[in-house]
Amino acid sequence: MTANATLSPSRRRRPVSWGNPLTYGLALAVAAVSIVPVLYVIIGGFRTTPQIVANPAGLPDPWVFDNYARVLTQSGFWTQAFNSAVIALGTTLGVVLLGVCAAFVLARYTFRGREVLYTFFTLGLLFPAGAAILPLYLMLRDMNLINSYFAVMLPQIAFALPLTIVILRPFLSAIPRELEDAAAIDGTGRLGFLWRIMLPLSRPALVTVGILAFVASWNAFLLPLLVLGDASLHTLPLGVQNFSSQYTSDTAGILAFTSLAMLPALLFFTFAEKQIVGGLQGAVKG
Amino acid sequence: MTATNPTTLDPAGGASAPPAGLRPVRRPSKDRAAETRRKWYEIIGLTTPAIVVYVTFVLVPMGFALYYSLFRWRGVGPPTEYIGFDNYVMAFQDPIFLDALRNNAIIVFGSLLLQGPVALGVALLLNRHFRGRTLFRLLAFVPYVLAEVTVGIMWKLILTPNGSLDALLQSIGLGGLVQAWLADLDIVIWTLLFVLTWKYVGFAIILLLAGLSNVPQELNEAAAIDGASWWQIQRHVTLPLLGPTIRIWMFLSMIGSLQVFDVIWVTSVPAVRSLGASATMATYMVDNGFFARLWGYGNAVAVILFVISFVAALLFQRFLLRRDIQGATTGRAN
Repeated sequence: MTANATLSPSRRRRPVSWGNPLTYGLALAVAAVSIVPVLYVIIGGFRTTPQIVANPAGLPDPWVFDNYARVLTQSGFWTQAFNSAVIALGTTLGVVLLGVCAAFVLARYTFRGREVLYTFFTLGLLFPAGAAILPLYLMLRDMNLINSYFAVMLPQIAFALPLTIVILRPFLSAIPRELEDAAAIDGTGRLGFLWRIMLPLSRPALVTVGILAFVASWNAFLLPLLVLGDASLHTLPLGVQNFSSQYTSDTAGILAFTSLAMLPALLFFTFAEKQIVGGLQGAVKG
Repeated sequence: MTATNPTTLDPAGGASAPPAGLRPVRRPSKDRAAETRRKWYEIIGLTTPAIVVYVTFVLVPMGFALYYSLFRWRGVGPPTEYIGFDNYVMAFQDPIFLDALRNNAIIVFGSLLLQGPVALGVALLLNRHFRGRTLFRLLAFVPYVLAEVTVGIMWKLILTPNGSLDALLQSIGLGGLVQAWLADLDIVIWTLLFVLTWKYVGFAIILLLAGLSNVPQELNEAAAIDGASWWQIQRHVTLPLLGPTIRIWMFLSMIGSLQVFDVIWVTSVPAVRSLGASATMATYMVDNGFFARLWGYGNAVAVILFVISFVAALLFQRFLLRRDIQGATTGRAN
């Protein structure tokens, strides 16, 4: 994060002052619209279903913890959270590893066909992932990958690669040529240069693409829905959907399950927000 | 990984080391050949994994979709019953598919028209320097971080008949507005457009804030010294500089809206969806191709979805994005 700050000179520290009341009024309104439905769900989890039926928009009276306890002990929540974590981490690792290797070549090597290869990858940005889902399912079935983590991870890695390369390439290109020459004079080959100099210097960009891949994978629904029929492999989004259609009358339970499912994403994002906005700066520069 | 690499070293050593800032001196031709070979090994070694995964799981499935779409096929054994373009004809004759197309159009244009101005306003607001700004930004991004499924279930519970929204409306004397938000065939698509807007406007805000942080403060300060008001600065200095960011967001929003699936799938009642009131191309494709096992037909819908997205993307790029992409591909800001 500190490296990022030095790379974007326009983000110098400025004196922070109190805004005027209008600014705060508008900001509060924006925050309320964003957060009130979420709070409704989280607080609703502390009520009982009869309470909710009697007064849909009320506060818990009394507060009950049973719904959350029930979801955490009985519903497969932990299995699903574990599956989501394995798949999201595997996807992130794959995306960053394959993406940085390809982007490194596209950024630092001059060779015939380089721009063709780059265009070839960027074409993927135009491919709607959803459109390929049916043949993808058939292909994974033929590869005997259905009902495995790989059935979700491999396509997710593939579909995240174009954006990853588009974000990483300019970042890797911007690292001064002189560093590479200096490394060569010191006896470091290009691969050593990638490993020892490029990777540490491009950490902000790597973290950004990693976060984007992780969040996309953590939230994914359609692909897991089709390829993970086995309930023991279900991820959290599938769990939320199943729970809500299985226990339709247990409104309080659904609210609790939904709250618990959003918690990891919220916590994760709280820590990563600065990084995401910072990392996108390079990608959307005007 | 050992760093020593004789082929990249000048054999004459430091004496003939190139002046700083210049490329290393030319090497004897034998070394050059070895160097070139080595370079190609590295290029191939480093790019092959990415190319293989990308081709296998992105490009090949699209090719298969095109092939399968020409058959009547239930997905068992290899497809044999070749029917040419009948699946495509069938799709365009199905009123539910045409409804799905209409719904996608509503979502594409509705998202652009609702999210754009809102996001711009919020981004300009949250770009001002005031205490607590970071917290407000965080809160504004919350809907975007939540999984589509979570958002869908959440709003389904809020919008349920006699649910909290209805109760809220009644308590503030607007009981007359109460609707069957997700079950009324005429209303459901607009309800879903609202939910999608709530969910995705944060993405537009994130992109615009990233774009805004690239606008040099000096420009705004100079305009302020010249006596320009805050509004004048935003209108004449900031907005024009945000052009590329806005166009990239429009592009991503359009492609996303064309393939929207998750929120619609978990929010809308299957019966309502199967009547076309809330179907999109993607839900129609999964309903028919996967769950009804009409694999040939489903793949034809996939190809239509792909072609529409692709043509829209090309047109957009041709007319609006060209300058931005040129900047991006050369790796320079334009």
